[in-house]
Amino acid sequence: MIIQAMAFYLFATVTVASAVMVISVRNPVHSVLFLILTFFNAAGLFVLLGAEFLAMILVIVYVGAVAVLFLFVVMMLDIDFVELRQGFLNYLPVGGAIGFILVLELILVLGASSVIQVPEGMAASPAPPLGEVTNTEALGRILYTDYVYLFQTAGLVLLVAMIGAIVLTLRAREGVRRQNISDQVARTPALGMELKDVKPGQGL
Amino acid sequence: MEIGISHYLTLAAILLAIGVLGIFINRKNIIIILMSVELILLSVNINLVAFSSFLNDLSGQVFALLVLTVAAGEAAIGLAILVVYFRNRGSIAVEDINLMKG
Repeated sequence: MIIQAMAFYLFATVTVASAVMVISVRNPVHSVLFLILTFFNAAGLFVLLGAEFLAMILVIVYVGAVAVLFLFVVMMLDIDFVELRQGFLNYLPVGGAIGFILVLELILVLGASSVIQVPEGMAASPAPPLGEVTNTEALGRILYTDYVYLFQTAGLVLLVAMIGAIVLTLRAREGVRRQNISDQVARTPALGMELKDVKPGQGL
Repeated sequence: MEIGISHYLTLAAILLAIGVLGIFINRKNIIIILMSVELILLSVNINLVAFSSFLNDLSGQVFALLVLTVAAGEAAIGLAILVVYFRNRGSIAVEDINLMKG
């Protein structure tokens, strides 16, 4: 139990510290790298909570896809980041006050409310005991049966996002020579060759 | 030293506040704003998974999976819009984004 508590505090501290670094470092590339660290530690917290599947998905989706996408865009665009930093300290007091009040209120709400307990047999999809089935298998059992429409909707969201991103960034550029396969196939020796009768002692 | 649900909810609240603060103090840099949105969505996911774990109900994890999907799609679309905008204007400063003011 003490090891679990220590692991929680370790992961939570690193998560919060790297989240602070994400919003405060000067270089956006470092910012993306700290975002990756934040997500790794959040995945550790998910493992502590017994949600291994979501932890692995978090690592794969965020570190493998989203963070690399951010890194790609940050490095591809030629941006003057020093100019974008101006006004950082102007906004800090207001933003800090709002953030502080937000945290305070949320923690007060947590302290005031006794955490709800669901009565036995009232859970929408009760988790099976950990010894019998793994988290991934239990999640798969309900994801493909009870929540199949939500699953399909999630797929649809991803499809729309994919098509949208392609449509937005694709551009037909002028002056690019492309391969025309029908022209190549339709080419005959008569079209491709020309015979010249060269007289002796003369050029063409 | 028992780690209860309130520990996780407090962590998620702090993470949410950091995300909101990030939007406030990086008002000019839209890439950091997108990253702050990702932080806010992560805090939502921590809440969902914590409740799912402590109430012994798997449906919270299914919902967290959907939030993850939407977050990935949002990042992809947002960055695509950013790339197109940079191609047109040569800058991504937030105060330059006023084309539709009329």
